Amino acid sequence: MKMKQRLWSALIASVMCLGLTACGGAPADTGSGTADVGGSDDLIVVGFSQVGAESDWRTANTESMKSTFSEENGYKLIFDDAQQKQENQITAIRNFIQQDVDYIVLAPTGETGWDTVLQEAKNAGIPVIIVDRQVQVSDDSLYTAWVGSDFRAEGDKAVKWMEEQFADKDQLNIVHIQGTIGSSAQIGRTDALNEGVEKNANWNLVAQQSGEFTQAKGQEVMESVLKQNSDIDVVYCENDNEAFGAIDAIEAAGKTVGKDGITVISFDTTRAGLNDVLAGKISLDVECNPLHGPRVQEIIEKLEAGEEVEKTAYVDETQFDSETITQEMIDERAY
Amino acid sequence: MSEQKKFHWSSITRHHLFLPIMCLIVVLLSNLIKTPDFFAISMRDGVLYGYIIDVINRASELVILAVGMTLVTAASGGQDISVGAVMAVAAAVCCQILSGGQTSVDAFQNPLILGVLAALAAAALCGAFNGYLVAHLHIQPMVATLILYTAGRGIAQLVTGGQITYVRVGAYSMWGGALPHMLFPLPVFFAVAVVLIVSLILKKSALGLYIESVGINSSSSRLVGLNAKRIKMITYIICGLLAGIAGFVASSRIYSADANNIGLNLEMDAILAVALGGNILSGGKFSIAGSVIGAYTIQALTTTLYAMNVSSDQLPVYKAIVVVIIVTLQSPVFQKFINNQRAKRAVKRGQTNGGAVV
Repeated sequence: MKMKQRLWSALIASVMCLGLTACGGAPADTGSGTADVGGSDDLIVVGFSQVGAESDWRTANTESMKSTFSEENGYKLIFDDAQQKQENQITAIRNFIQQDVDYIVLAPTGETGWDTVLQEAKNAGIPVIIVDRQVQVSDDSLYTAWVGSDFRAEGDKAVKWMEEQFADKDQLNIVHIQGTIGSSAQIGRTDALNEGVEKNANWNLVAQQSGEFTQAKGQEVMESVLKQNSDIDVVYCENDNEAFGAIDAIEAAGKTVGKDGITVISFDTTRAGLNDVLAGKISLDVECNPLHGPRVQEIIEKLEAGEEVEKTAYVDETQFDSETITQEMIDERAY
Repeated sequence: MSEQKKFHWSSITRHHLFLPIMCLIVVLLSNLIKTPDFFAISMRDGVLYGYIIDVINRASELVILAVGMTLVTAASGGQDISVGAVMAVAAAVCCQILSGGQTSVDAFQNPLILGVLAALAAAALCGAFNGYLVAHLHIQPMVATLILYTAGRGIAQLVTGGQITYVRVGAYSMWGGALPHMLFPLPVFFAVAVVLIVSLILKKSALGLYIESVGINSSSSRLVGLNAKRIKMITYIICGLLAGIAGFVASSRIYSADANNIGLNLEMDAILAVALGGNILSGGKFSIAGSVIGAYTIQALTTTLYAMNVSSDQLPVYKAIVVVIIVTLQSPVFQKFINNQRAKRAVKRGQTNGGAVV
């Protein structure tokens, strides 16, 4: 009886481990990577710790890295998917250090808590390049460079567009659905709008709530806002998912979006988002470019050549509005 | 006459659902201060529309989860913290089957019923896994369900290939929306159906009694001939199945499977709903009605804070304060204090009355 139970628990335990590694996916990758690293001298080894694969944007970001750091280009990429967990990323970075990679690229889950592990990388003499979100560390020398989007500039683009569109309006009622509070994207995009509201006397912020970057919350928040405010001109959503939710809520309340109704502004320009721009539901979608690979490669090449690099490097970003967008523009995009 | 009336009043205040209901009413009434039109209800296309409807609608998933959580709590004296992740698994399975593996589709690739059944089967399987660990291997419920809590979203990610799978079909999104002339949004019907069916099963069969018996004392239940293991197992399977239904509702609201966010932190709200409903988290006697009221209280609180336009960064603080107050009100120590006060007053009254007679 005891024996049987013990056997069972051993079996369950092994199944559990299997399950954990299966969804971690990456640890197995890095494990096999150890053997390879020593053999390939001429390849530059890059360890990339990615947040996860939570959105189209993230997948495009990963793809960009994978295609840039291919063997044909003279790189060996060790990829680690952290499943949204910081502890997984810290483990991954420690693995990279143990495998003595040449460069570490980190797309952090959040801004804080990186001091210790980045210090370890620095002590090991491995340059760390941060992509996408920023990190807050006590000592800036802990990482070599940061590559990503200028969220503030993205917000400013949207604000500028609004200023142009609604210059002759006496009062512009704006609903602001924020992203997850504290994320870089939320801070930059919110600051831009707040400043816009201060600058333009006719802008009136009727509600400001967090939709946590999700469609469900965006919908719930918008549902609530619509009940108190009958006169809404603009909804400023901080990503496409929130915009989808907001549009659903607006339509469910019997109102329209787009040219003759409420103007929806969004960020990220995912494929689904751009399709809504084309359909005229989202009036303006500001790009958040996920193709970080080439910029990171530029930095690594400079470092290889022994040159100095800029601490921050922004990727180029554009915007799409429902007036000028075409199907071709969507089709030719990589993501 | 007055004596009789007093007796009647105290029988209400002593009812186990009195405090949960009072808390719900207080939360709702607090809106009158800042949002007087909170209780305004209008009609739109034959569907009711208003803040109250929002509360009832948005709480649906939580109500469904809370029912399952109550049973698990009662039978095993522990909670299933994997229900949020199981919701994500069910949503992922459902959307992936309906989309035939693509990331976004405009038409069903497989029949809706197939997707739903597969999702429910996957969820029930998750429940059975939890149940096995708890009932047969005697692992503490929180530890046992921690496995799927951690791995569930990973499994959901594997199923969807790490993408948000969209099923942009009217026949799918309608389940999370509203149909004309149905009076309420459809998720409400799911919640009501679940509560009714589960209550009916518990009432008509002896299952409810068995669950309480196993929860109060598992070994003596076994001695009187109850299969404690099987009963625990059943509650976990029901809990998983209900999480699957909740996952389907949540997913049809956004016509997609968002493995990272569907049901995120909802397990905690479900446990809270059970606690707010006056149920003891260490198992034994339970009240489904209490948990359901608890679930509506939580959603009423969220909607209230939205209606009051509390800024996003302060929202969790207000929520925490209200929860602390409600939980304190219902704590045994506080209850005892109130009862003592009541008894003292009764003694005093008795003395003064006695004095008057003399």
